[in-house]
Amino acid sequence: MFLRTPDSRFAFGLGIGAVCVSSILLLIFLFVTGEALPALKNVGLRGFLFDDAWYPTDESFGLVPMLVSSFVLSVGAILLAGPVGVAAAVYRLYYAPSWIRKPYRWLVLLLAGMPSVVLGLWGLVVLVPLIARIEPPGTSLIAGILVVSLMVAPTVTIMSESALEGVARSSWSGAAALGLSRESTLWNVVLPAARGGIAAGILLAAARAIGETMAVLMVTGNIVQMPDGPFSAVRVLTSNIALEMAYATGDHRAALFVSGLALTILVLLLSLTAARIAGLKNNV
Amino acid sequence: MKTGPYTDKNDASGSGYTLGPVVSGPECCTPEAVIAVRGLDVAYDGVAALKDVSLDIYKGCVTALIGPSGCGKSTFLSSLNRLTDMSGGCRVSGSITVDGWNIHAPEVNLQELRRKVGMIFQRPNPFPFSVRRNLDMPLREHGISNRYEREERIETALIDVGLWDEVRDRLDASALSLSGGQQQRLCIARALILKPSILLMDEPCSALDPLSSATVESMVGSLRGRYTVVVATHNLAQARRIANYAAFFWVKDRAGALIEYDTCGRLFETPKHKLTAAYVTGIAG
Amino acid sequence: MSDSFSSSTERGRPHRIRDALLPVAAHLGTLVLCGFAFWVIMDIVWRGAPGLDWSFFVDEPTSAGRGGGIAPILVSTGLIVITAIAAATPLGLAAAIFLVEFMPTGSRFAAWTSLSLDVLAGVPSIVFGLFGSAFFGLWLGMGFSILSGGLTLACMILPLLVRTTEQGLRMVPDDWRRGAAALGLSRFSAVRLVLLPAAGSAVTAGLLLGLGRATAETAALIYTSGYVDRMPSSLFDSGRALSVHIYDLAMNVAGGDENAYASALVLILFLIVVNVAAMSISDFLLRKKVST
Ligand SMILES: Nc1ncnc2c1ncn2[C@@H]1O[C@H](COP(=O)(O)OP(=O)(O)OP(=O)(O)O)[C@@H](O)[C@H]1O
Ligand SMILES: [Mg+2]
Repeated sequence: MFLRTPDSRFAFGLGIGAVCVSSILLLIFLFVTGEALPALKNVGLRGFLFDDAWYPTDESFGLVPMLVSSFVLSVGAILLAGPVGVAAAVYRLYYAPSWIRKPYRWLVLLLAGMPSVVLGLWGLVVLVPLIARIEPPGTSLIAGILVVSLMVAPTVTIMSESALEGVARSSWSGAAALGLSRESTLWNVVLPAARGGIAAGILLAAARAIGETMAVLMVTGNIVQMPDGPFSAVRVLTSNIALEMAYATGDHRAALFVSGLALTILVLLLSLTAARIAGLKNNV
Repeated sequence: MKTGPYTDKNDASGSGYTLGPVVSGPECCTPEAVIAVRGLDVAYDGVAALKDVSLDIYKGCVTALIGPSGCGKSTFLSSLNRLTDMSGGCRVSGSITVDGWNIHAPEVNLQELRRKVGMIFQRPNPFPFSVRRNLDMPLREHGISNRYEREERIETALIDVGLWDEVRDRLDASALSLSGGQQQRLCIARALILKPSILLMDEPCSALDPLSSATVESMVGSLRGRYTVVVATHNLAQARRIANYAAFFWVKDRAGALIEYDTCGRLFETPKHKLTAAYVTGIAG
Repeated sequence: MSDSFSSSTERGRPHRIRDALLPVAAHLGTLVLCGFAFWVIMDIVWRGAPGLDWSFFVDEPTSAGRGGGIAPILVSTGLIVITAIAAATPLGLAAAIFLVEFMPTGSRFAAWTSLSLDVLAGVPSIVFGLFGSAFFGLWLGMGFSILSGGLTLACMILPLLVRTTEQGLRMVPDDWRRGAAALGLSRFSAVRLVLLPAAGSAVTAGLLLGLGRATAETAALIYTSGYVDRMPSSLFDSGRALSVHIYDLAMNVAGGDENAYASALVLILFLIVVNVAAMSISDFLLRKKVST
């Protein structure tokens, strides 16, 4: 009866679309959790955390080495990509000659949209042999860190740029009226004012780094072990899923879904914090 | 609740002012109310914007709404074609009838109401299409499928607003490339093309330069008699030039209220209320 | 410390160093970033270009992809991406229109939808792959198929699509909404005839970005659309996407590097075209916004 008029039917149709869109996330959680349930029951959190190693065929489900590898790899990537990304943003906005700005932005956007397999291919064919000269075989944590930092640096740059551009013109003129140099203004006024947005960008980049699969899979050697140095081969959570889903069954398969669930929750926390920080900045 | 033709003492109760009988309306004005507003209250998010407004709008006349900024002129106008429905949190109560029909009745077809009661806005708002499509689209949407008829009506409407000679060879140019005054006249043509009987205009000239403003103004004058026009304006001289009736709104107790409503001549020459007197002589407002 | 002059110079010195450091750091960071970007791009072009000729596009792959071309892979990629866009467009448009035009700002539902889209945008692609294989592949019984892969990608690009359309619609001035309503247009007509055309370029830019994102994706496809490198005969066949092909050649096929590079070049050339188109449109939008 409320669908009397064409307009209410139209709104109803749109509403159904909107409900579908907003329920995808729930659906993902539902299905990933559902598939993970057997392992959560049979192996339990204790198993995932305290089993000595990852031998899923022998009922040993220790995820810790891969968790640590994921963590170290993302932190390493952020330590490289964060400063470089922010520096690149500062350069484009405040130091670049005007003719460079546009092509430069396109280059950054191009890098941001670079498929991860392509970066992985480059890492595998170019970077890994270079690292192998220092310490063979070259597929290593450091190769993963380098490739992933290249991947997420544009995220930091793009987010920092919009945060820096958001700092009001009036702050600039106010600082100029105080006789501050461009560098002092940047240090004392603009960068502090934009720090929320920059931090949000870095968190988003961290989320991307943790979730990255292909590029890491192609260059890190994929041996399940605690990383003991930049040149040791590691396997991260995401690569593990991609490598083993092909043949996993039973609890093994469910365990892969558990790691998927863990990844999702981790990334969710990171991106929510990022949104919160960016939102806070806007309110101040 | 068909309201009969205007007869006598119409009590605009609550506004503290009683409307006198119209003795000498201009010749084109039949003293017949096409819009009757009784006890209209409008509130945005619980904050009253208009309180207890009652008045009749007479057929074929130009009625000017005057008053300081924020006194609710635009609000009053948009409650007449229920454009207030568009701003969420806007509550309208009281009764409004157009041609005797209660526009808040559940069976009212909003599209039909708005076709009958056209509206022009302060800022010209032609759609970002060609001149032709701006006029053609509403016609098609209101079910006029005959192409020749549409073309004919487009031409008539453009002639009506004095735009035909200016745009006849660029009907397919973007409407946004027209000058401000031309855009506004196009918007008027767009409203006229649907053959409304009532036109609501919200400060139609205030965003225009003096010359365009004069063109649009004289155009509005030429609509008198053929259409019922309600026009909100800040320009008192303009109100005197084009209107038969004038309604003076004022902010009373934080909400807009109708203070005085009379023929234009009397409202400006011999206002009954001292606020009106102060406003029209430029002392207040 | 007691000498006020020396202490003031001590305060001054580090500032000078710091002030000099900033431009140096900015230039250095940029140099590093651009240097690596160029390195990657040049490497792909340099090693990929020799393998690119007409036959590469029209031949079937031979000996696991070491030889031959990528014709079936291009067809599969095209079908996967078209499926994704075709599924995501109506849903994304509907959701965006509903949020902007029919939901009061600040409503619960709008807040939840926008939060869920933000989170969805951050979900790792391998998790989309897991979800896709469990939901579309197993639960809906699509198995390894182009359809399953395309629908998984549709879920992935929806946040992008909804966001860009939403922004486009919010940029449409209210004047036009009121104008349309005052002409007695129905909401449906107003959306179809005024608002969507006015937001058209934003929507197109969003679609192009979504197209790029879908084409670049690998991890979500391995376990949904699969590996089969034959010419697909329907949407229910498994089909290998270009990015999956690159991955497979690089990792699992000894001597597949040359064709992996040629495929990578094809992929990034396509992405450049798509992204440049999207960016020109959004630059155009920005100029329009500034000028009005
Ligand atoms: N969409 C809205 N939401 C909330 N409050 C509104 C809205 N529109 C108008 N108001 C409020 O209603 C009151 C009357 O506004 P209105 O626009 O009708 O005045 P006006 O007489 O047309 O003023 P002006 O001459 O400046 O156009 C004002 O206090 C205004 O703040
Ligand atoms: Mg107004």
